[in-house]
Amino acid sequence: MSVTASQSVVFARMGDPEAHTIDRYVATGGYEGLRRALSMKPEDIEAATTASTLTGRGGAGFATGQKWSLLADAYPRYVVVNGDESEPGTFKDRQLMERDPHQVIEGALITAYAVRATRVFLYVRGEMALAQERIGQALVDAYAKGYVGSNIMGSGWSIDVVLHWGAGAYVVGEETALLESLEGKRAFPRIKPPFYPAAKGLYYQPTIVNNVETVSTLPWILRHSGEEYAALGAGRSTGTRIMCVSGHVKNPGNYEVEAGNITFRDLIYAPELGGGIRDGHTIKAFVPGGGSAPWLFEDHLDLTLDPGPVAAEGTMLGSGAVVVMDDSTCMVRAAWNLVRFYSHESCGQCTPCREGGNWMEKIMWRIENGAGRMEDLDLLLDVGQTISPGSFPHASNKATGLEATPWPYRMTTICFVGPSAVVPMHSALTRFRDEFVAHIEQGSCPVGAHA
Amino acid sequence: MARLNAQNVERAKAVIRRYPRERSATIPLLHLAQEQDGYITPEAMEHIGELVGATAAEVQGVATFYEMFKHEPVGTYLIGVCTNLSCMILGAEQVLEHTEKVLGIKAGSTTVDGMFTIEEMQCLAACGGAPCLQVNYRYFENVTDERVDGIVDALRNGRDPEGQSIPPHGTLSNITLPAPTTPADRERPEEIHPAPQGVES
Amino acid sequence: MTDTAPAKTTFTITVDGKEIEALPGELLIAAAERGGTYIPRFCYHPRMRPVGMCRMCLVEVVGPRGPQLQPSCMIPVADGMVVDTESPTVKKAQDGMLELLLVNHPLDCPVCDKGGECPLQDQTLAFGPGESRFVEEKRHWEKPIDLSSLVALDRERCIQCDRCTRFADEVAGDPLIEFMGRGAYTEVNTFPDDPFASYFSGNTVQLCPVGALTAKPYRFKARPWDLDQVESTCTSCSVGCRMAVQSSNDRVVRLLGVDVDPVNHGWLCDKGRFDFEASNSDDRLTMPLVRTGDTLTESSWGVALAKVTEALSGAKDRHGAGSIAVLGGARLTNEDAYAWSKLARTVLGTDHVDAQLGDGLPAEVVLGLPRATIDEACSADLLVLLTGDLKEELPILYLRVRGAVQDQGLRVLEISPVETGMTRYAAASVRAVPGELASAVGHDTAKALLQGAGKVVCVLGRQSVAESADAVMDAAAALLEAVPGVTFLSGLRRANVHGALDMGLAPGVLPGRISLADGREWVGSTWGELPAEPGLDAHGILTAAAEGKLQGLVLLGADPLADFPDRDLARRALAGAGTVIAIDAFLTASSRQADVVLPAAIAGEKAGSTTNLEGRVSRLNQKITPPGTARADWMIAAELASRLGGDLGFESVAHITDEIAAVAPAYVGITSAALLSSAGFDGLLTGGLHDAHHEGPPSMGRGEAVEVDAVAAHGDNPTVEVRDSSPAPDQPDPSAGSEPHGDESSTAEAEAILAGGEGDHVEAVQKSAEAGESVATRPNRPAVLRSTPTVTRRAVPAVDGYSLRLVASHKLYDDGTLVQHSPSLAPLAPGSVVRVNPADLERLGVTAGDSVRVTSSRTALTLTTQADLGVPRGVAHLAFDQPGPGAADLIDAAAPVTDVRLETI
Repeated sequence: MSVTASQSVVFARMGDPEAHTIDRYVATGGYEGLRRALSMKPEDIEAATTASTLTGRGGAGFATGQKWSLLADAYPRYVVVNGDESEPGTFKDRQLMERDPHQVIEGALITAYAVRATRVFLYVRGEMALAQERIGQALVDAYAKGYVGSNIMGSGWSIDVVLHWGAGAYVVGEETALLESLEGKRAFPRIKPPFYPAAKGLYYQPTIVNNVETVSTLPWILRHSGEEYAALGAGRSTGTRIMCVSGHVKNPGNYEVEAGNITFRDLIYAPELGGGIRDGHTIKAFVPGGGSAPWLFEDHLDLTLDPGPVAAEGTMLGSGAVVVMDDSTCMVRAAWNLVRFYSHESCGQCTPCREGGNWMEKIMWRIENGAGRMEDLDLLLDVGQTISPGSFPHASNKATGLEATPWPYRMTTICFVGPSAVVPMHSALTRFRDEFVAHIEQGSCPVGAHA
Repeated sequence: MARLNAQNVERAKAVIRRYPRERSATIPLLHLAQEQDGYITPEAMEHIGELVGATAAEVQGVATFYEMFKHEPVGTYLIGVCTNLSCMILGAEQVLEHTEKVLGIKAGSTTVDGMFTIEEMQCLAACGGAPCLQVNYRYFENVTDERVDGIVDALRNGRDPEGQSIPPHGTLSNITLPAPTTPADRERPEEIHPAPQGVES
Repeated sequence: MTDTAPAKTTFTITVDGKEIEALPGELLIAAAERGGTYIPRFCYHPRMRPVGMCRMCLVEVVGPRGPQLQPSCMIPVADGMVVDTESPTVKKAQDGMLELLLVNHPLDCPVCDKGGECPLQDQTLAFGPGESRFVEEKRHWEKPIDLSSLVALDRERCIQCDRCTRFADEVAGDPLIEFMGRGAYTEVNTFPDDPFASYFSGNTVQLCPVGALTAKPYRFKARPWDLDQVESTCTSCSVGCRMAVQSSNDRVVRLLGVDVDPVNHGWLCDKGRFDFEASNSDDRLTMPLVRTGDTLTESSWGVALAKVTEALSGAKDRHGAGSIAVLGGARLTNEDAYAWSKLARTVLGTDHVDAQLGDGLPAEVVLGLPRATIDEACSADLLVLLTGDLKEELPILYLRVRGAVQDQGLRVLEISPVETGMTRYAAASVRAVPGELASAVGHDTAKALLQGAGKVVCVLGRQSVAESADAVMDAAAALLEAVPGVTFLSGLRRANVHGALDMGLAPGVLPGRISLADGREWVGSTWGELPAEPGLDAHGILTAAAEGKLQGLVLLGADPLADFPDRDLARRALAGAGTVIAIDAFLTASSRQADVVLPAAIAGEKAGSTTNLEGRVSRLNQKITPPGTARADWMIAAELASRLGGDLGFESVAHITDEIAAVAPAYVGITSAALLSSAGFDGLLTGGLHDAHHEGPPSMGRGEAVEVDAVAAHGDNPTVEVRDSSPAPDQPDPSAGSEPHGDESSTAEAEAILAGGEGDHVEAVQKSAEAGESVATRPNRPAVLRSTPTVTRRAVPAVDGYSLRLVASHKLYDDGTLVQHSPSLAPLAPGSVVRVNPADLERLGVTAGDSVRVTSSRTALTLTTQADLGVPRGVAHLAFDQPGPGAADLIDAAAPVTDVRLETI
């Protein structure tokens, strides 16, 4: 099996080990997108972005141009680049920041100019020391060469870009939590409405929060055109996007693909992409869009990487992270691992996430360690219901005849961290209930790998 | 142990100037304090509160929310082993166990000589290189027991592990970021393309 | 948060199939509650920013995608909104939240103070599961830790609702308790060694929806179901916060703040909340004491009163009524004060009466300046603070003003000798060292703010008792000159000092804010003959006593040795007075010197009314019986009157209240019935009655013009401007929406508004006004005092190069009787420490922390120094009335300022 090679948009320089230097960057078309942008009116850049069909690559997938158009008519206003990549399975933004930091800066500058921002903040995850260094050095050089700061490229337009260090909290990836954090507070997500950043963002001023990959796409769009970008891919998945493939595949890594043209099977099995499951094993389940996304299974491999059909199966492409688990994986332990993560990362603000996630993790740990009770299975589902009431999303299941619940789900929490703890528990328990039962009845793991 | 020293106060002031509001500098200043002392001392939190206009309790509320801030001394080298899903299914628990064995301590503790602390970490955004670990937030991917041995050995003997230079715990970056060129409180950006003539207002 | 006046239009929303009216901007949870549907909640509190954290108030709101679960505390109503609070989804969510809140909550209800009044317990009982499905180990924290010396925290019980932390940050401005940690291990805590030392810490205990926060004075004292309560008014200072008094076994065990919109918004300061401990003190006087030789011995009322009668009638007979004086009264209810005012003026025949102890302002100025309410102060364009530190002296007024600065952008101009709690919130703070107060009003910074400011309100009080009140008068005059329309809110701090002054416990002043001269005929028609001439004020009384000119001195809860800012004079006065009669709840420094001490009832033990600093009259209710034979001051007055051959004519408190309404012009309509009505709940504003129908003689004052009748003025009257800037009591509540010149032609309506002030109360008060019709038609009802001080620029000598000018001001916790008899509060008094600018310390060669000799013209004391940048150069600051020797020993009340020298020992 093979797939048609995708256009390289944000990953064009990945093969170049010196791409992070300003000289190499400029020599490979760097800052041309910004130069082009500064020759345009801000409105026209927004129009080009809208025409490009670019959507947010942080997980929610909101149309970028439309997000800009929602900015409240007030000043000062800010652009914040979300580089706090922490979603399990996701490792693309780190690569972009480490290897092509100027592209991030250029994209942020284009955004800032287009939305008439007064200052740009790059919020970079604290644990990424190299990304901090590379972006820091890029800023030093870009200031020195007049790409950032006062009277940029002689245009008369000035803006400053501030590199901000995160300090270790997954919830900061949620954009309103990120703003709280940037204000020097505990990262408690704000309640929407009314706190949509475009209306009330940083310091309660209009703010655009865009993901690293999203802004990294803009220089290309400005150098080419919105239409050219929109012509890539297909369906609702136009343009390119980076898919992070990890787990039990032969070739884990980041792949920039025209997602609308390929399926999960292509992504996982094509030799130039995931390369298939490691020898001697078969696929058991995969996370299709970061740890928060309900799991998919072998029967979903032919789904196109398009938000529409994927949502119809009750899940999402999210941050583009695909984690493949083969038949050696204990589903109880895999699910517990993610439940533990979301419980650990709960900010503690709202009751269902703070208490519910923690409780689910404790129950699952008991089951995994042979101290489970049969009633724990219903209890898990019931606690999940308190966090995500109603018909909980899950993929369709040919084996059990379960039908998919379309995305998105309902929640009693302030943000998605709470329900994200329910997702892996529910995915594993509905599909692999027998493994849970076996843990309870035998007091040990039938898969054998862990318990 | 301590308030920020004179040099770091100057650095702190430069950081504060980057933000429209002083409080925004809280996290960067906590990093600065951690760079100075290796961990966050109560005195540093009080001092940061004074610098950004917050009470010490408010600074502590922030400092205890984020995991990178340590409130007790940790080793010169903080070895963080990721055990999240992608790493776990590729052997991270074995790597962690091995690291514990090599250093003779459990995750969450520090060697007697104060050189190493092991920490079990959440997803480090290196799933493509699973299993992975960090030493003071510098990455090592596709790690094996043998590579762990090599990394520990190099650090113990004052060599750069696998050629990576690793500063002591607390230092994120030695780059001095440029000072802003526009006022932090400016209201509007320049309009470099005046609206076309004849447009009705 | 003060809600701004809602727009006129209302929305209709449907809650559980029932249509209810809601106000635009109103939160769903509040609108539903008004409409009769209570949505359970833990984190929501109407006086704080909603945070939507506990998720207990989730309801289904029908949206474009069908019903959606939404936190009703975060959702403003929209017209036509359809809400379901009882659907299975809602029930499941709410039951689920309860279960989750309980998983880590200890089941120690039987030993928890909150048990019996705990929303978590109540809701679990009502809706919760009988058994927990949580079999894991609960989260553990160290059992109660001290947040402060008054509040303990049990983190295991905490449900992380953010109420206490939000209060500390948002309302109190003391963000000393914070969430620490993260996720399931989030805790509330303080910074190590930095306790939650807030004057408002007790509010967090009341706000806590579970038993996590407990007040040490109440811990394990009672069970909620054993408590009885009445609503009353706090008398710890003159703000007059509404509160509930709760008792068990006839002892007060707890006070809770009650939310009234114009005053305290439900908050209490810790002094007000916890000084009830004094009422339970073993030191309370329970029997009269009579002096034999050097000792006071317990006696019967009969014997003690006979002694008093003999002394006072003897003094009057032999030396004339002018040899008797009555000092004090700020602790009294209005009814007590009225009774004593009547007793002094009629039976005793003396006008030497003063409720203030040289620490306030001249009564005719306090009563006569154009007035402002707290709400008006908070909604002014500029608030001028020419008064003591609000945070220390009037804590809840501080909260209101701080809140207005934070939420509504109120601008504050502070003119103060030293930094205060308000300084950080002031748009400008002008340092005026003693002697420069009046000229500070003309300071460039002050002028810049005053010019162009629309509505200006000034809080006027005593910034330092080491500087003559004349300085404040001059400053007020300068302000009036600069901004003729300025209105004033009194900053006098003593509990019911305003009620006492209103009842005539001041020389030359009769009940209802009228002068002795103007009111002689009017009041005399009820009271009988009145003293011929205005009497002496506190300074005059003490001076006369010291000179041996007084044969009878009655101390009405007054302790001049502690409170008068000249201890030397007070000492000489008590020694020089003939017979000293003290009526008090405790033996104080002064009452120990008395010849007879009569035990008095205090707040909680008696009923009546009290008048706050804005002139709002609120009810005091009795909850417990006074200890031993102690009784209310009015009863003592009535009994004494009859023994002295007179008859005050009182049968009950209500009877006195109604006589006040009939006699005291500013209290027209404030009858016992009106105070009991629902309109009386928030308190009734006294009016500055000035009706043209009853032209009285010119009011007293300092050469000001007779005030033109304000309300009866017509639209074309040239005095309209005066009227627009006239104080609130002359105007209906702005929320009533009526134009000032509206249809107020009816005298009855006008009077109702005059008397009641607040539009909401018009109806109830109107009835009272009609009941008082006969009063209103009596001839010659005098106009209330109007005072317009003029600048006199009293000369103040320059400070010499070796001296510092003394500033002495009050701290919240002091050596006052109630604080010192409240075991929880007494240790919090900071003591006498001389705070000096570090530059002055250096100049004087004194090291901070050293003991120094502080010498004034009066005496020399040894005190500790402290460097303080909040004290300007040339000033030495001392807290007044702290335990031990202090400021009062240094001050010469006859001098305009007090200068001190500091010398190392």
